[in-house]
Amino acid sequence: MKKTKILATAAIAIALGGGILWAADHIDAPAVTNQSTDITDVYAFKGADAGSRVFLVNRQGLMNPGATAAAKFDANTMIEINIDNTNDNVEDLVIQAIYDGTNMKFYGPVKPSATGFKSQLEGPVTASVAVTPYSATAPITATGTNGIKVFAGPRDDPFFFDLDQYHKIIAGTASSFNNPGKDAFAGTNVMSVVVEVPVALLNATSGKINIWAQTKKKI
Amino acid sequence: MKNKFALLFILPAALIAFASCSKSNSTSSPVYYQGGDQMGRPAINTVFVNAAAKDSFNNTLPSAMPARFTAKFKAQLLALNPNYTTNALTLTADQFVGVLTGDVLNVSTTGTTTFFDGTNVLTGRTLSDDVIDVELTLIFGGPMGNANPGLISDHVNANDKAFLSTFPYLASPW
Repeated sequence: MKKTKILATAAIAIALGGGILWAADHIDAPAVTNQSTDITDVYAFKGADAGSRVFLVNRQGLMNPGATAAAKFDANTMIEINIDNTNDNVEDLVIQAIYDGTNMKFYGPVKPSATGFKSQLEGPVTASVAVTPYSATAPITATGTNGIKVFAGPRDDPFFFDLDQYHKIIAGTASSFNNPGKDAFAGTNVMSVVVEVPVALLNATSGKINIWAQTKKKI
Repeated sequence: MKNKFALLFILPAALIAFASCSKSNSTSSPVYYQGGDQMGRPAINTVFVNAAAKDSFNNTLPSAMPARFTAKFKAQLLALNPNYTTNALTLTADQFVGVLTGDVLNVSTTGTTTFFDGTNVLTGRTLSDDVIDVELTLIFGGPMGNANPGLISDHVNANDKAFLSTFPYLASPW
């Protein structure tokens, strides 16, 4: 039953790969589809520690267990969380993560030497954690020199949506959603990077920040 | 004469070699990273940007998005729902696309963090937030959020695995 469901999900994903897809950000643009740079989702929330905020970036979506077991982070792809604390949608701080073949290394939060699409690693490394293997029974986590908590590894895709029925609606072959709907992301995994950051490091004088994630390839 | 010509060629080459040696001895050149994907709020590129402009949207910084995409977002909103007037947040089409075109996730550092919980709007995005229902309701639900009843919820209301209460919060992989 589970296997059939996974195969069906994979078939839907393949069938829709070339078409219009409405997911959170999964395969949202032709240039990044099926690349290690493809961001599927970004989350920002208050976790177990009320004095911190959690930033979570998922990539490489719609992986079944077999694909997940073989999935790796790319040593040439920087994952960057941009933080604006002055409400002008320009980053004042960045948190960067890059894989060195064994560990995910984190930089920041730190003021970047330049804003925008072209970035360099803004040293020094503030945290480092071994990538949790697919077979691990518990997630491997670490705490950085500045108090940030970090994680990197495969996880269940937290996104949920009846994507298949939405496509039927857009294509004109259905006029409404079903009740109950069917989660097209059930049984699929993503490669996740999670950082929990003490609020004091965010310089959020107005009590709010704006964040967005970018992936960048080594040039 | 011949030797003089040769010297003219060798000297600049030697100078260049010397210059590059001195450069590499002082500092190693920085490694840059560029291009890739970009995301703020869920589903914005996928819903509001047409196929031809999707890469362009990913390659536009959030601060530059309003100038380039406001008209496109409005056209897309009205294509999805030709009867759009206002939504449950009392936003007109112009106001709604005005909120969405700078594609960043707003996050409260002092209070509740949620995409929408009935009270707080755009103060974060938690794992359990049903962001698709929120967006469907704001696009199709009209001023009261109850128009087009078949289109305002996909009736998938939660993830297929329970989230963890502690770091890193995400469920283990399948």
